[in-house]
Amino acid sequence: MIPQNFEYATPNSLAEAFKLLGESNAKALAGGMSLIPLMKLRLAAPDKLIDLRNVPGLNSIREEGGMLRIGALVTHYELESSPLVRSRCPLLAEAASQIGDIQVRNMGTIGGSVAHADPAADYPASLHALEAQVKLAKAGGERTLAIGSFLQDTFTTALDAGELVVEISVPVEAAGTGVSYQKCVQPASGFAIVGVAARIRKSGGRIALARVGVTGLSGKPFRAANVERLLEGAAGSAGDISKAAAVVADGVDANNDLHASADYRKHLARVYTARALAAAARKAG
Amino acid sequence: MNITVTINGTRHTHQVEPRLLLIHYLREVLGLTGPHIGCETSLCGACTVAVDGKAVKSCTMFAVQCDGREVLTIEGLASNGNLDPIQLAFWEEHGLQCGFCTPGMIMTTKQLLERNPSPSETEIRHGLDGNLCRCTGYQHIVNAVKAAAAKMGA
Ligand SMILES: Cc1cc2nc3c(=O)[nH]c(=O)nc-3n(C[C@H](O)[C@H](O)[C@H](O)COP(=O)(O)OP(=O)(O)OC[C@H]3O[C@@H](n4cnc5c(N)ncnc54)[C@H](O)[C@@H]3O)c2cc1C
Ligand code: FES
Ligand code: FES
Repeated sequence: MIPQNFEYATPNSLAEAFKLLGESNAKALAGGMSLIPLMKLRLAAPDKLIDLRNVPGLNSIREEGGMLRIGALVTHYELESSPLVRSRCPLLAEAASQIGDIQVRNMGTIGGSVAHADPAADYPASLHALEAQVKLAKAGGERTLAIGSFLQDTFTTALDAGELVVEISVPVEAAGTGVSYQKCVQPASGFAIVGVAARIRKSGGRIALARVGVTGLSGKPFRAANVERLLEGAAGSAGDISKAAAVVADGVDANNDLHASADYRKHLARVYTARALAAAARKAG
Repeated sequence: MNITVTINGTRHTHQVEPRLLLIHYLREVLGLTGPHIGCETSLCGACTVAVDGKAVKSCTMFAVQCDGREVLTIEGLASNGNLDPIQLAFWEEHGLQCGFCTPGMIMTTKQLLERNPSPSETEIRHGLDGNLCRCTGYQHIVNAVKAAAAKMGA
């Protein structure tokens, strides 16, 4: 369990980080909760590790223009415990609190999690339901992508070589929105066999907004627009919810592994979607 | 690479390879064998120590990441020969059998109680999710955490 040797650097600015990351086979290090296990197994063997911990400006959580702007280095524990996140975007706090364990949440970061793009990671369900934006930066400039364009496939993102995730933005939740993240835990790792995030807003006794994000089911987390369409305009009765949840896995190429067969995963997705929707609808009042 | 780390209150400077894991630095360079290596794969929590007050799995961190920081291991808990209240509670409530998981359990419990001084049983079990015990069946560990919370609140 000894990784290949590497050079280690702690740049003090983004500009310096970009310069170091431009060198061949350099890799960014955030919390290390995905990268270090891979290095120990020698599945990753970077020549240079660029630890971002001293780069300023990447670890703040700000509310600005109706959005919460979350720095890439904000840890899972900070998201779970931040009064601002708990009141303005409770879905993300709820998802963060269910990741791994205390030790992992103390170190692991939201930027590292989305950059790693594990298909069973927890955040993507919520980030899809929130229609989150991911801000990327490299030496040449910045760009912002919707979460659905950023996460491309299993362990694959839109990041270019030398590019970093710098910020993730989610909308401040409007009053009267109910949210819930429901996860079927793979007990050995803590990851989601299936995880479903739901947001529901009601108006005049009808569902005005429904958003559903799913992780763990397939190679790529996704937003379940078909479920949302069945709910918007409906009263949100138990019948409406089970009818909508029933279609969540339609047409999805489900993962199949020793923890859950494809059929069982699809079943879990329907059950956890119904649970997340019911809990969100209850909180929406 | 040269690193300076404050460990259990004492500053140490060493020349280390960047790939040296914190657990190996503590055990092999400093002779602090309290933090244990259980799984070496980030799952068991036996290697848990606090870095700048945050519980971490020291098998999943490089020693160089601790440059300029403070590390607290199980060896740093007792003061003047008096056990810390959490250590005492594990002893009194039989929160251990073989003791292999205990240093990690205690370091994680310390973090849990700092953040939530009177946790419910569910919160204790959720809080110790990252620490495995092969002996006790956990019930006495949960009792020990409750007893520690009571001692510290008193
Ligand atoms: C025991 C254990 C249990 C876990 N359980 C769960 C779980 O239940 N749910 C879950 O979702 N996750 C879980 N994880 C993974 C955890 O959430 C990781 O923290 C996360 O996936 C990676 O974040 P990090 O900050 O540790 O990134 P690192 O490990 O430092 O980096 C991961 C990858 O992202 C790159 N990277 C890091 N930061 C950036 C950036 N800002 N811009 C561009 N690239 C970057 C790195 O180069 C590397 O390739 C678990 C991990 C462990 C060890
Ligand atoms: S030895 Fe570190 S978690 Fe098991
Ligand atoms: S007491 Fe033996 S592993 Fe916990």
